[in-house]
Amino acid sequence: MPLYQKAAILTIRLGILGIVFSILIGLICSFALYYQIPIVKRIVAIYIEISRNTPLLVQLFFIYYGLPKIGIPTNAEICGIAGLSFLGGSYMSEAFRSGLEAVDKVQLESAQSLGMNRFQTMRYVILPQAVSISIPAFMANVIFLLKETSVFSAVSLMDLMFTTKDLIGLYYKTTESLFLLVVFYLIILLPISIFGSLLERRVRYAGFGD
Amino acid sequence: MAEELLTIEHLTKQYGENVILDDVSLTVHKGEVIVVVGSSGCGKSTLLRCINALESIQGGEICLRGEKIEQEGKNITVLRQKIGMVFQCYELFPHLTVLNNILLAPVKVQKRREEEVKAEAFELLKRVGLEDKANSYPRQLSGGQKQRIAIVRALCMHPEILLFDEVTAALDPEMVREVLDVILELAEQGRTMIIVTHEMQFAKAVADRIIFIDDGKIIENSKPEQFFSHPETERAKQFLNMFEYKRK
Ligand SMILES: Nc1ncnc2c1ncn2[C@@H]1O[C@H](COP(=O)(O)OP(=O)(O)OP(=O)(O)O)[C@@H](O)[C@H]1O
Ligand SMILES: [Mg+2]
Repeated sequence: MPLYQKAAILTIRLGILGIVFSILIGLICSFALYYQIPIVKRIVAIYIEISRNTPLLVQLFFIYYGLPKIGIPTNAEICGIAGLSFLGGSYMSEAFRSGLEAVDKVQLESAQSLGMNRFQTMRYVILPQAVSISIPAFMANVIFLLKETSVFSAVSLMDLMFTTKDLIGLYYKTTESLFLLVVFYLIILLPISIFGSLLERRVRYAGFGD
Repeated sequence: MAEELLTIEHLTKQYGENVILDDVSLTVHKGEVIVVVGSSGCGKSTLLRCINALESIQGGEICLRGEKIEQEGKNITVLRQKIGMVFQCYELFPHLTVLNNILLAPVKVQKRREEEVKAEAFELLKRVGLEDKANSYPRQLSGGQKQRIAIVRALCMHPEILLFDEVTAALDPEMVREVLDVILELAEQGRTMIIVTHEMQFAKAVADRIIFIDDGKIIENSKPEQFFSHPETERAKQFLNMFEYKRK
């Protein structure tokens, strides 16, 4: 049990860091796409294709074994966070971008006609609406990314999956170990999922003022 | 004659090969109410959007008090603050309450004191009969109420000129009146306005001058009495006839 707790904390810690970086990457990428910044938007498009169409496991191996070869030292934790952010960045970017694009063009124009500059238009008019539109996709991504942390065991991070495999190897209590594994993932994910649906209900686009 | 506020000279607007506005020139004096009429698709909305630099222009010049209005000009946000615009479709910000819709630009863009703007906002809301809606969200309002709020929002910026683009076109008939009354009151206060409308009775009542656009050109520019009783062009006669329901 204490082993599981430790592993769960590691999973959560790396997961959260990975998600935070995913959000940052996602925001930057979605802005590049939304504002159609030349060249940058090309690079972003290529990144998104690569990131979405390769498994996290492959991305992790690339970072874990590839980076030291070209002289960049890594450790397992940084590698896990980097891998998760690389994957999550593209998913978050797509979520934010579709939110940004779902905001009606007349909103942009009425903000402009009030004399707002680009930054003010984004900050006060477009972004708040885009965020509430992208909340469902965003929450789905958060859960998806936390689940993906299970492949961290492949780069010998002592996460829940790794711990379980270890324990099975040591004590042969396969059923109990797997049961605990499921329980711990649920303990982490269920509250997020519930929180997500509450949040969705609160800020749903049509629901302003309910 | 009062001073010239807005001057449009040889304005040309094209979408690709398609010429929408063709060598349009127009001068608006301070305090004047111009009503723009013309059949659907003749370029009325495009004209207003060009004045607010929401569209790029391919030729000519638009100036407010001699300052050139250009989409990429560096003082464009300042110029736009002097030009209030209300659109046909309700364009309040759905995530903000009525009050915050009104306060947003004066406070964040013009950096005015929130207390002062709030007092003014309530004053204006009272004038349009909506002070009890200050904390409602746009989706809780009727179309006519939303348009009156949009007008208040534009007024709170202290614009020098107001542009109205068919603000009653999407409204049920019984709500048209309440919005037109507000605009008429503004006219009586001596505001400078350019109004696009299909409400001919209203046009007659409010306008100092009627501009008739056909196929991207201004082909009549005259006093309302003149325009409605003795239109000069054949096109204007045909246009006005559409609004008559007589038995043949
Ligand atoms: N984004 C666009 N791309 C291409 N053509 C456009 C675009 N917007 C408008 N047009 C064309 O420009 C012409 C003028 O449009 P505009 O909206 O100014 O007409 P209008 O006089 O306001 O008509 P209505 O009374 O129906 O509002 C139309 O023929 C329309 O098809
Ligand atoms: Mg129009």
